[in-house]
Amino acid sequence: MTEEEDSSAKMSEDVKRYLKLDPRSSSAATSEPPCSSSSSSSASALANKSRNFKSFEPPCPDHVLENVLENVLQFLTSRCDRNAVSLVCRSWWRVEAQTRFEVFIGNCYSLSPVRLTHRFTRVRSLVLKGKPRFADFNLMPRNWGAQFAPWVAATAKAYPWLEKVHLKRMFVTDDDLALLAESFPGFKDLTLVCCEGFGTSGIAVVANKCRQLKVLDLLESEVTDDEVDWLSCFPAGETHLESLSFDCVESPISFNALEELVVRSPFLKKLRTNRFVSLEELHRLMVRAPQLTSLGTGSFSPDNVLQGEQEPDYAAAFRACKSISCLSGFRDLTPEYLPAISPVCANLTSLNFSYANISPDMLKPIIRNCHNIRVFWALDSICDEGLQAVAATCKELRELRVFPFDPREDSEGPISGVGLQAISEGCRKLESILYFCQRMTNGAVTAMSENCPQLTVFRLCIMGRHRPDHVTGKPMDDGFGAIVKNCKKLTRLAVSGLLTDEAFSYIGEYGKLIRTLSVAFAGNSDRALRYVLEGCPKLQKLEIRDSPFGDVGLRSGMHRYCNMRFVWLSSCVLSRGGCREVAHALPNVVVEVFGSDDDDDDDTVTGDYVETLYLYRSLDGPRKDAPKFVTIL
Amino acid sequence: MNLKETELCLGLPGGTETVAKSGVGNKRGFSETVDLKLNLQSNKQGHGDLNVAGSIKEKTLLKDPAKPPAKAQVVGWPPVRNYRKNVMANQKNGETDEAMSSAGGTVAFVKVSMDGAPYLRKVDLKMYNSYKNLSDALAKMFSSFTMGSYGAQGMIDFMNESKVMDLLNSSEYVPSYEDKDGDWMLVGDVPWPMFVESCKRLRIMKGSESIGLAPRAMEKCKNRS
Repeated sequence: MTEEEDSSAKMSEDVKRYLKLDPRSSSAATSEPPCSSSSSSSASALANKSRNFKSFEPPCPDHVLENVLENVLQFLTSRCDRNAVSLVCRSWWRVEAQTRFEVFIGNCYSLSPVRLTHRFTRVRSLVLKGKPRFADFNLMPRNWGAQFAPWVAATAKAYPWLEKVHLKRMFVTDDDLALLAESFPGFKDLTLVCCEGFGTSGIAVVANKCRQLKVLDLLESEVTDDEVDWLSCFPAGETHLESLSFDCVESPISFNALEELVVRSPFLKKLRTNRFVSLEELHRLMVRAPQLTSLGTGSFSPDNVLQGEQEPDYAAAFRACKSISCLSGFRDLTPEYLPAISPVCANLTSLNFSYANISPDMLKPIIRNCHNIRVFWALDSICDEGLQAVAATCKELRELRVFPFDPREDSEGPISGVGLQAISEGCRKLESILYFCQRMTNGAVTAMSENCPQLTVFRLCIMGRHRPDHVTGKPMDDGFGAIVKNCKKLTRLAVSGLLTDEAFSYIGEYGKLIRTLSVAFAGNSDRALRYVLEGCPKLQKLEIRDSPFGDVGLRSGMHRYCNMRFVWLSSCVLSRGGCREVAHALPNVVVEVFGSDDDDDDDTVTGDYVETLYLYRSLDGPRKDAPKFVTIL
Repeated sequence: MNLKETELCLGLPGGTETVAKSGVGNKRGFSETVDLKLNLQSNKQGHGDLNVAGSIKEKTLLKDPAKPPAKAQVVGWPPVRNYRKNVMANQKNGETDEAMSSAGGTVAFVKVSMDGAPYLRKVDLKMYNSYKNLSDALAKMFSSFTMGSYGAQGMIDFMNESKVMDLLNSSEYVPSYEDKDGDWMLVGDVPWPMFVESCKRLRIMKGSESIGLAPRAMEKCKNRS
């Protein structure tokens, strides 16, 4: 984010070159800019415009350029491109800041809200991420931070036209939601992923006050039950709702309110209900909203099992919803009813069975028709046999996630390298995989690396710690080595199983595009960490737990930390001194040190041992809201 | 107490090329069953050779048997989000509708500290079904500190007063726990399910320091039998 100023002489050359070379620039100039009127299609017309503004002063290149730039930059949406543009010169920086409507902040502590509102003045959409991912696994004490409050307070004042807020792993209170609902009259889109701190009363305020609301998506968030009928809080009359997802809300809802809401939401395309919606109720909803493209099916279990004709025709309801391409839910699946989804299978692009205990025999008749599936999530209850069925049919598969039905370390684990290999042979277009298993071989992983060259995300979790190749007994180094070597597009990697430093040498040597790396219970020494920090130039997010990496390894990455989003090291062998060394050497990096618990246990924990290190770059120095148990070095 | 002696090493002791220390003072990540075996075996053999190839060989020789003994469950592993874990647990429970927002129904994590150890661990008591299970797991977790002097004697037999007093007078380690009332008790005095419900924290202390706990524990035990 450093600004580089250009000399004005060079700038006018740029202007000339720009206006001469790109004939489109003049026509672009005549398209409606935000705050001036259009005119004829020539550069002189543009000059006239400026003259009008400037009361007959000759237009200076700066102003001409800024007008042109404003128009052109509207078409630039990629934040990487915009960041590049903002570095050209001060003038470009200014114009870019005025025309950036969507802001993405990958770490809420990398800057203060004030800096955001000072630089960007016309923000319509804000994406904000808080806690690092390992917080999902109880590795971070509660109340660590990532509060939405200061952000909503700052944006409420600065961006009255804010339309979209997308938060991930943030702590959001009901008060925050109320302030949001009151401050932004044009608010359209609230998406909360893995958030917590709020309840149904906060949701009710948003439902009630955001009259332009199109999207209300609560995904994998913790929502406390305040016993508020939030669905009834939507205002009467037609709504603008296009997407409503509340499958993570663990409280009963008023079905009548939901049904009425669906009836008066003609634009509703995505509806993900929670497990308190029965199959009969789902049927009624589907009848009311045949235009749905994405359906979260709730429990998929009938309240009452009626006989014969009295039972609703579920298959007919699915047949009537011709546009459904995405199915999820099945929270309490009654297996006999699963075939009802058959009519939509051929059109499905996304199918999420990951909360349903589905056996291979249940899966096969369904998956046989799912030729167009691109995203498939399931439990390992489908076994290797089920994966083979997927491989046989789902030639368009891009993303596969297989979660453990029994998420304990020493569970049986019904899938293995057999399933992985089958998928690799059948689904050649695979781009992303998350695979939990107990038994794996280097051979299967290598096969996948060779069969699926499009892989960008490879996350393999062998649940038993330190498990080697279960056939050869060797470490899993070769398999992961093959992945980094053969999958040239790989940007995200999660490793597991028995791994030596050699695996990391491969990652450092071949993983040139890797941005995110997750490591647990792996490696022998600091060399492993060094390989990665010295070898992976694109590494942004590094999360490591329970591995024998210490101060020496940490030191080897000093040259990188300013260019990374964050580094997490927990239950490794770091000392306070080593962490302090990093903190002193890198003033732009915040180094946080804490234990896994809220309360300080001083009697048995020596001062020097560091349980968790979390470091990240920051423009505004250490945060002021750190709780007591967090030490910022 | 010489803290250096309680420091753990990953791999074989005797100095690593990566840590700028000599002698015994090496650090290790959290102990795993395999690593512990490594450490204990090589302790018997004396200082081992620490080239990396050597330790790889060691590790592959110590292949995982068909079913490893019950390991202490580690926090947050496998990396499945609590939300998903709760959903699956509730499905398995069938009709019982436990509150999903609190993870308390399905897990019972308690902190385990050991006198002299530089860090705490956490265990999920619901993962074990008996004192023996828990005891074995704790022994493995902390055995590198105690050099095997914990757990060898098995569970405390509260009925045998003299045996208890002997143990508590020794330098052996004994486990104690803090119950719901905030009292510190010797582990093993109540039936296992009751223990899981009432245990808030575990502390492994030297026998000689736990001497004050014994009479209460034995009284409670006697009162029940």
